[in-house]
Amino acid sequence: MANLKELSARPRRLTSGHRLCAGCGAPIVVQQALMAVDDPVVVGCATGCLEVATTIYPYTAWRCSWIHNAFENTAATVSGIEAAYRSLKKQGKIDQEIKFIAFGGDGGTYDIGFQSLSGAMERGHNMVYICYDNGAYMNTGIQRSSATPKGAATTTSPAGRVIPGKPAHRKDLTGIMAAHKIPYVAQVSPSHWNDLVAKVKKAVEVEGPAFINALAPCPRGWRYDPAETVKLARLAVDTCYWPLFEVEEGKWRLTYRPGEKKPLEDFLKPQGRFKHLFTEEQNRPILEELQAYVDKGWEELLKRCED
Amino acid sequence: MGKRVALTGNEAIAFAMRQIDPDVVAAYPITPQTDIVQYFSSFVADGEVKTEFVTVESEHSAMSATLGASAAGCRAMTATSSNGLALMWEVVYITASFRLPVVMPVVNRALSAPINIHCDHSDSMGARDSGWIQLYSENAQEAYDNVIQALRIAEHADVRLPVMVCSDGFIISHSMQNLELLEDEKVKAFIGEYKSDYYLLDVDNPLTMGALDLYDFYFEHKRQQAEAMVNAKRVILDVGKEFGLLSGREYGFFEKYRLDDAEIALVVMGSTAGTAKAAVNQLREQGIRAGLLKLRVFRPFPHEELKATLSGLKAVAVMDRAESFSTLGGPLFTELRSALYGEPGAPPVVDHIYGLGGRDIGVEDIIWIYEDLQGIAEKGTLRAPVNYLGVRE
Repeated sequence: MANLKELSARPRRLTSGHRLCAGCGAPIVVQQALMAVDDPVVVGCATGCLEVATTIYPYTAWRCSWIHNAFENTAATVSGIEAAYRSLKKQGKIDQEIKFIAFGGDGGTYDIGFQSLSGAMERGHNMVYICYDNGAYMNTGIQRSSATPKGAATTTSPAGRVIPGKPAHRKDLTGIMAAHKIPYVAQVSPSHWNDLVAKVKKAVEVEGPAFINALAPCPRGWRYDPAETVKLARLAVDTCYWPLFEVEEGKWRLTYRPGEKKPLEDFLKPQGRFKHLFTEEQNRPILEELQAYVDKGWEELLKRCED
Repeated sequence: MGKRVALTGNEAIAFAMRQIDPDVVAAYPITPQTDIVQYFSSFVADGEVKTEFVTVESEHSAMSATLGASAAGCRAMTATSSNGLALMWEVVYITASFRLPVVMPVVNRALSAPINIHCDHSDSMGARDSGWIQLYSENAQEAYDNVIQALRIAEHADVRLPVMVCSDGFIISHSMQNLELLEDEKVKAFIGEYKSDYYLLDVDNPLTMGALDLYDFYFEHKRQQAEAMVNAKRVILDVGKEFGLLSGREYGFFEKYRLDDAEIALVVMGSTAGTAKAAVNQLREQGIRAGLLKLRVFRPFPHEELKATLSGLKAVAVMDRAESFSTLGGPLFTELRSALYGEPGAPPVVDHIYGLGGRDIGVEDIIWIYEDLQGIAEKGTLRAPVNYLGVRE
């Protein structure tokens, strides 16, 4: 495992000069992920912040082969590219080792691209799908997705007088992908770069499909100071809101255990999207419910990892 | 000489795909296209092709994976029908806009609702402005020949556009017909090796495909796409001639059947042309100077050639196997009439929307159209520009 100094000396595949917001978690995830891959890569991107802000024609921030097709089909698109690679390799027309990585936001992955992702994983393509989960449709202006946590205010689940933010809990996508019984599934956070890089390395090296869910804080959507991105990501891990684990050939393993499990409020309070849960007394039960939800999920995860 | 065989349209198309031996096929089953996917699966399973076959979970993914494979630098194909094409819609446009030479057999079937599995052209007609070249086939022979020619047209450096090869569901796809197949080596030599100039697997020369393209460049890219469609006209004719030398069956934009000395004519696409030829023969025996124009190429629309061919006639009837709900007639009618507009001495044109949802069309129906056309020719005026043939009102 390379140290941080060595990693940062590697040529960047996503260059600076892209137009993502200051403090955006997505490019940090992408940089760290691509640092983990030694071979040439072909990257596919779903429509979303990452795509629109890195490739405004005639400019591109990508120094590797890159394609954007549409919103819901990046997994299918990359599966076609990977099939093309296998075909040409079989025919002796190409001999290079090439890796295939798809990036999608939570809207493009949990929601509209879910079928395409499930299909590509089931077919067994040798590709890695990395979801950068910022918990809403940030590119179109912060609309709720099935990755938005309960109680969060978005522009389509506003904190209203009658309905205090999003009514439903998040979809457990990492668990759903593990249920696909693919060779490798993991959850990562940019705050734990060594964990993230090690997992992406495993994911690209494994034979067959791999899925990685990466937390990507969004200063605009979560309503916090852009300087606090990595700190917030760390709080998500330390509160067990976003545990770091992997599922390798069906074996669940916790890759980081917080020294002290912090109260969920430490993660929620700095974010403007949860403000109404703290300022309105009648919303207190939602905070309690969220803590109970995280506790239950954590206990279940620990149990899975012990088995 | 090729081999004479009896095959269904779908078998003939699958056989052409076997001879083309694409690097990647990504497809999803839908009636009446399903046989193509099944036959092709056997070719893959028996090692008769080198193709990587991607058995996707939907048509949207079929087109997406085909696009990915083509962008990667491969010869890639898919096939579909009806609602499957409708589900692909978004990526159908993207494939054309990426200028990827994908070839897709479309086995024409009515669009839902109501759900109906039989033939009309509402599926491919809906995609007529997607930027794809569209070839229509009269029978299994033409479907087979068109698929092979489509590769050459799509991949031509001046074109680089995807091609739909349309054939009528069940009427062509499921009926056994005599046809001649070319030898494998001849097809291979005719289509040649595919080499893309810019492709994703050329990792030493990284490429960004599908960038955000705003008001400062989008328009120019669309203009280039329109120019490619203009270029396609010449290439379609060149490929059609070359295919003629290879097979003895030359192809152009359309076939003229007893049209040169005709006074009245019918314009039609697909399998109905065969029925119409029988009607023309009967009418000719009665001394009626009836002719037929069977349109093969709908995109690009050969408006100049159609105008030159039809201008001297006394009256023309169009048969549209799709409704466009414009209240101005079917898509073939409106485009044909637009092509003739302003031409001195242009004939009156009448539209007959017919055969929707697979409603049968017989020789007697077509004879009725010609008889109606005789009346129009005599009077020089139309009773109604748009008619629904054989519908219960």
